[in-house]
Amino acid sequence: FSPSFSIDHMACKRTNPKVYIIASCVQYRLIVRDVNSLQILQLYTCLDQIQYIEWSSDSLFILCAMYKRGIVQVWSLEQPDWHCKIDEGSAGLVASCWSPDGRHILNTTEFHLRITVWSLCTKSVSYIKYPKACQHGIAFTKDGRYMALAERRDCKDFISLFVCSDWQLLRHFDTETQDLAGIEWAPNGCVLAVWDTCLEYKILLYSLDGRLLSTYSAYEWSLGIKSIAWSPSSQFLAIGSYDEKVRILNHVTWKKITEFEHPVTIANPKIIVYKEVEKCPRVETESLALPPAKAQASSLFRIQSKYDISQVPVSLQCVKPVADRANPRIGIGMLAFSPDNCFLATKNDNIPNAIWIWDVQKLKLFVVLEQLYAVQFFQWDPCQPRLAICTGNSKVYLWSPAGCVSVQVPMEGDFQVLSLCWHSNGDSMALLSKDHFCMCYLE
Amino acid sequence: MGDWTTVTVPALPSASKNTLLNTSEKKMCPSSLNMQQVQHSPLPLSKSPHSSFSAFCTDENVEQCVSYLNRELTTLGFPSLYSECNDRELNVVSIINCMNELLILQRKNLRTQEEVEIQHLKLGSDMDHLQNCYAKVKEQLEASRREIVGLQERDRQQQCKNRNLHQLLKNEKDEVQKLQNIIASRATQYNHDMKRKEREYNKLKERLHQLVMNKKDKKIAMDVLNYIGRVDGKRGAWRTGKTEARNEEDMYKVLLGGYEHCQKQLLMENAELKKVLQQMKKEMISLLPPKKQKPKERAEDGTEPVLSDMEEDAVELNKENMWELSCETVREQLTNSIRKQWRMLKNHVEKLDNQVSRAHSEALNDNDVISREDHELETEKLELEIQQCREMIKTQQQLLQDCYLLEERERLQEEWKLFREQKKNFERERRSFTEAAIRLGLERKAFEEDRGAWLKQQFLSITYDHKNSEHVKSQSAFSGSSEPDNQLINFRSRHKKPHFLSSVPMAEELCQTVQHIAHNSNSSTVLNKTTEDSKPKQWKGINKPEAE
Repeated sequence: FSPSFSIDHMACKRTNPKVYIIASCVQYRLIVRDVNSLQILQLYTCLDQIQYIEWSSDSLFILCAMYKRGIVQVWSLEQPDWHCKIDEGSAGLVASCWSPDGRHILNTTEFHLRITVWSLCTKSVSYIKYPKACQHGIAFTKDGRYMALAERRDCKDFISLFVCSDWQLLRHFDTETQDLAGIEWAPNGCVLAVWDTCLEYKILLYSLDGRLLSTYSAYEWSLGIKSIAWSPSSQFLAIGSYDEKVRILNHVTWKKITEFEHPVTIANPKIIVYKEVEKCPRVETESLALPPAKAQASSLFRIQSKYDISQVPVSLQCVKPVADRANPRIGIGMLAFSPDNCFLATKNDNIPNAIWIWDVQKLKLFVVLEQLYAVQFFQWDPCQPRLAICTGNSKVYLWSPAGCVSVQVPMEGDFQVLSLCWHSNGDSMALLSKDHFCMCYLE
Repeated sequence: MGDWTTVTVPALPSASKNTLLNTSEKKMCPSSLNMQQVQHSPLPLSKSPHSSFSAFCTDENVEQCVSYLNRELTTLGFPSLYSECNDRELNVVSIINCMNELLILQRKNLRTQEEVEIQHLKLGSDMDHLQNCYAKVKEQLEASRREIVGLQERDRQQQCKNRNLHQLLKNEKDEVQKLQNIIASRATQYNHDMKRKEREYNKLKERLHQLVMNKKDKKIAMDVLNYIGRVDGKRGAWRTGKTEARNEEDMYKVLLGGYEHCQKQLLMENAELKKVLQQMKKEMISLLPPKKQKPKERAEDGTEPVLSDMEEDAVELNKENMWELSCETVREQLTNSIRKQWRMLKNHVEKLDNQVSRAHSEALNDNDVISREDHELETEKLELEIQQCREMIKTQQQLLQDCYLLEERERLQEEWKLFREQKKNFERERRSFTEAAIRLGLERKAFEEDRGAWLKQQFLSITYDHKNSEHVKSQSAFSGSSEPDNQLINFRSRHKKPHFLSSVPMAEELCQTVQHIAHNSNSSTVLNKTTEDSKPKQWKGINKPEAE
């Protein structure tokens, strides 16, 4: 595949889900580019530094949120003259997002006082009181029909289900959690997973009409759930916890099918362990032209890396966390199912250099990728079982069941890949560093 | 014998005294330890017979000696030395007999002495041996006693350790329990504190909210250039009870759809698994009978009654499966039959294994060995088949899912086709209608023309009788007017836009009859109008679908 690159200063970017456009923002300007050619299609100027941008679901509008000023500006792609500005005023702004029909904007005011629903069709406003101040407090179903909102009144947690078409309150029920940490819909939109704070391991499953289907609690007293992931077919729910294990529940009985452990030593010979190995290319002094061209020099002295298959038993690098701090870096921090429901990729924060890939059909460990540096982010290709990983150096790593490869990002200077984002058709992905981004095209 | 010595001691000379004393003393000593010395005693007797004899009896005391000897011997039971008649004459025969007797006695005594000595020795050695044994046993006893003591010590130590460990364990458990209690109490305390703080926080939030809302809402506003339409193009609906009910309905529909999908998948899985189990059962049945010669009888005995059961079960199950029931009894029957078959197969395999082991020990029985190999091959084949079946199930599941999708797509396509056909039909009908309407309009116009012409003629004929010139004028006017009328009518027919003007002047020019006719024509124009009105509608209708 051929990586193409373009350098730009930016704070954040989003890939448009349907059309081949990406949007990036620089300070207070919003730049919309075409994905394939990276030509600038539109340029908008906002009032203040943009903190967050999001495409609407039909890819016609972009919202730019400026938290400091408490303003949200919406731009239209079709009509560059159209503008919309939503000012929260003294209420402040903490978060902003689109509703799934692309015509309403939900603003969370400061201190999570309330959520304001602004309608772009009717210019009407509705308020939702007592939203919960947690990370995944709002969840939309995949088909965009229903919204679940976590609320907290009188020291008790509640969940409100709204119908997105007319914002009618469908169901309102309380949950048996101490302190709700997050909610997430299953991809089929019928089950809502609600999990408790990490002080208590408890996950509750509610059906769409508010009935409690089942609760699951693996153990007491130790730190509990860190992250969860639904499989794309809604058949499995993977729960990653602070005890370095992933437990999988099945959707028929909501009981644990199996648990995956992440030990430091891998001894099973059936597991393939890919280890990233650095090798310095030998510089042939004779063939050097003096003075060497800049590009040539950087490519000559660049450290290349490739994957080696290590022999089992392999012992991985383990990091001991500081014991007396809150939110310790232990446990399963990231979970992701592949889109074809065949693989599950997990990262154990104790062993930050490794990514574990499990085979969902056999419920066994399949591959372990060991990197040289701590893994920052990984994401599955939305169309096929291909995993892209970045570790904070100037390389991006790809794994598929056929093999894995390490790719150098050809850039002048230092480009540290901190995050990446696949395009929805799986052909390209955007690699982000602190203030640059570049596109990577795959064939 | 002691008397003898005491008597003879003073009479004997001192030279032989010591020897005699020695020998007698030696004889006198009863102690066993002097036995050996006693053994030697005969020797000095034998060695110094002459000396002792000469010492005892000399020429002087012969008679004394003889009388003494006689006395001794008679006391011992020997016949007297003296002859019977004369006291002084020595009986040589009796002396010899006595001597012989004494010799015999002496020998006997010696022999018994020897025996006694031998026994003595034996007893001594036995004693030694026993003493040795005794000493050894004593040592062993001592050693074992020491060992016992040592072991007891160790046992005690171990028990001590055990008790200590138990104690430690209990202590640890207590500590753990205590810590858990502490954690629980701290947790409740924290919860309580958190709730308190949260209430405070909520109060602050409320206050803040009030303050925020109190301020003029001018700042909190939305400034939109123009309204944008909704995504689906419809207008927003008012929130009424009906919409609420509809939303509930939709929600339940979604839920039900999800559950139905789930159930469908599970049913499919169940059906596939049942099929696999049936197949396995059949194969297991087929495996067992045609196998062996020896175990055949045994197996047949076991399988025959079961086979009949199996066949019955199979028939029943086939029937059931055809109807795809999933009731408890069917499931239980199937699982039980499979379990029975599997047990039989297991027994069979065990028998074969036993046979093979026996055959190896005795002599290789080819049949059995082959049977075992066959069996192994069969089991491998079965395993392969099971794998294949599983893969088949998976592919079938996928295919079924694909089939469902394909089916839906096909249905949709068919529906589209129908829809398109219907649309075409509608369009055709519309066109035919419009054509009919056009024709009708044309015919009407033609009719109108004819009517007008006929009326004109009539009028002309009427007026012609009275005024010719005027008729001619009117005729020319009419003809003049008729021509443009015709032209207009032609226009009308050609252009698809109706002109009511031509018919109106016609009505105005004619008189009462013409007015009557004009009424008719008005009605006809009305008719025309209606047809013309309907025509544009129809055209519009046609245009619309064309635009779509």
